[in-house]
Amino acid sequence: MAEAPRSLFDKIWAAHVVETLPDGTALLYIDRHLTHEVTSPQAFEGLRASGRKVRRPDATIAVVDHNVPTSADRLTAINEPESALQIATLEKNVVEFGVPYIPLNDIRQGIVHVIGPELGLSLPGITLVCGDSHTSTHGALGALAFGIGTSEVEHVLATQTLLQKPAKNMRVTVDGVLPHGCTAKDIVLAIIGRIGTAGGTGHVIEFAGSAIRALDMAGRMTVCNMSIEAGARAGMIAPDDTTFAYVAGRQFAPKGADLEKAIAYWKTLPSDPGAHFDREVQIDAATIAPMVTWGTNPEAVLPITGVVPDPAAEPDLERRGQIQRMLDYMALTPGQKLDEVPIDVVFIGSCTNSRIEDIRAAAAVARGRHVAPNVRALVVPGSGLVKKQAEEEGLDRILLDAGFEWREAGCSMCLGMNPDKLTPGQRSASTSNRNFEGRQGPGGRTHLVSPAMAAAAAVTGRLTDVRELLA
Amino acid sequence: MTPFTTLTGIAAPLPLANVDTDKIIPARHLKTIQRTGLGVHLFDTLRYNADGSENPDFVLNREPYRHAEVLIAYENFGCGSSREHAPWALLDFGIRCVIAPDFADIFHGNSFKNGILPIKLPRAVCEQLMEDSRLGANARVTIDLERQVVIRPNGEEIPFEVDALRRKMLLEGLDEIGQTLAHTPAIGRYEQQQPAWLSGPGTTALTSTSA
Ligand code: SF4
Repeated sequence: MAEAPRSLFDKIWAAHVVETLPDGTALLYIDRHLTHEVTSPQAFEGLRASGRKVRRPDATIAVVDHNVPTSADRLTAINEPESALQIATLEKNVVEFGVPYIPLNDIRQGIVHVIGPELGLSLPGITLVCGDSHTSTHGALGALAFGIGTSEVEHVLATQTLLQKPAKNMRVTVDGVLPHGCTAKDIVLAIIGRIGTAGGTGHVIEFAGSAIRALDMAGRMTVCNMSIEAGARAGMIAPDDTTFAYVAGRQFAPKGADLEKAIAYWKTLPSDPGAHFDREVQIDAATIAPMVTWGTNPEAVLPITGVVPDPAAEPDLERRGQIQRMLDYMALTPGQKLDEVPIDVVFIGSCTNSRIEDIRAAAAVARGRHVAPNVRALVVPGSGLVKKQAEEEGLDRILLDAGFEWREAGCSMCLGMNPDKLTPGQRSASTSNRNFEGRQGPGGRTHLVSPAMAAAAAVTGRLTDVRELLA
Repeated sequence: MTPFTTLTGIAAPLPLANVDTDKIIPARHLKTIQRTGLGVHLFDTLRYNADGSENPDFVLNREPYRHAEVLIAYENFGCGSSREHAPWALLDFGIRCVIAPDFADIFHGNSFKNGILPIKLPRAVCEQLMEDSRLGANARVTIDLERQVVIRPNGEEIPFEVDALRRKMLLEGLDEIGQTLAHTPAIGRYEQQQPAWLSGPGTTALTSTSA
């Protein structure tokens, strides 16, 4: 009998099962483990307490990103003692356990989900984990990549494996041509708007279709990054020539004959025709418009041409209460046009949208324009290498001339753990991934948008349909 | 890990869906290098006013719910980040069990690893338990993991499903890493057959700084 057709996820999963326990739980081998300062201290402490070692320091890498300042003087001035302690703790742990580390003064430092692909640590066909939910980003290369908690970080450090139950397969197919002014961010926001924040729970989502294939790697990373916002365990995109071209030549990627062998293998990974998906969703790319969130979770999203929803129009009482609560928090009124909402802060950055392509998109809108009065606009590149490349392309000048701040790499205002935060009541247009209450600072109000939309909001001072500014 | 067998305690009603991890514990409180001491920050923005005083309307600021050991909530509890600080904060406050119609995956897994039992029950049952919990200290709920039942204050037993391996780990308070290390020979054999292109970055590649 011929083998049953398998999905991309099924194939990578099967290739990494070390053993299957009697109840069906798999002991899954982990090829790469990325760690950072916030979710690792307790894991290393656990190893120390039980006298255990890191099994594969050579497959592990540590970087500081979450709470590092992004100001130019940051090497000398981390003013928050607790942040400094987390960083110092990581630096002590990497020495004690022999884990490779990218320090703050290394040009390769950056957001863990930006540097993994950038340095060739993230590869097609591998399993990759990190103590951070947006690890789903790396699935853009055709890897099985997912976020884990600190106990699991410790488990991977000690054993290079995880105990896992297989996930269900879901496929989201986006076919057609994306309209002018729309980006990968708009695709993924539209998907979350459609399936909801729990739409992918228990599933690994494979993103497929001609509109996904047409995306560059940065766009694919944006889409996979936000899979977790749909509740999915992971997001993935089958590797193809775009992927192979991206991987080739990266610092830690395989080279020469190894690369050829790897590519031959990677070409076997895409889902077989007839592979079983527990759930399928189809989206027509042509129907997507530039999107903006209006509420306090990413499924509360609408095209920028829309208006703030009216809770009174919602028949379900509980849902009505939720909408009202979101509008109260966001200080929006039903029927208000979304493109008339004034903003105070623009944040272009985060593991969702801080790659060179994102910065180019923002600069293209900013060129020859100026940030509106009373608006603070930050651009935070995802890594030192992105920053360097942007400077080589002159993007920093365009942005600085337009009145944007040009900062050092890190998570920054994505989660407000470092000094870059919203103050209570401030409203942002942000390229990050979460608009939860207080996410960017207590009392802050977040509207999630693409980099081009964020730049458009910066120059007009309100949420803006970027298509008005594009020639 | 502290074993979990049975628990009889006060249940606190939290009639909200999509309780995200930023709500359970905001990022600004993740700067600790310990697992303990996070209970004071549990539900920080709901629990405290802007001036730091307690919000008297929030359930965990009211008696008897200050002593709650069980939390009843609605759909998609624990969505958002992978931060294990969320179960640590719950545990440090004293919560050992959360009952909801469903949970976000990572939070669900993280809970078990910290001796917190997340129980999935249909929405209608959660609503009923929510009503029971509003009766306060006279209406304690019992969770019997051995028999896999929630026992309502009126004695009615509600069966629940739980993954067999996770149940065993919780009941016996087993150290998962210790269990996995018993598989070390198999892990070693697996590593032997890995292709060369998969080898990691190595431990020397990043020791220098090239800024
Ligand atoms: S940029 Fe934001 S979402 Fe991404 S890893 Fe950093 S904090 Fe997490």
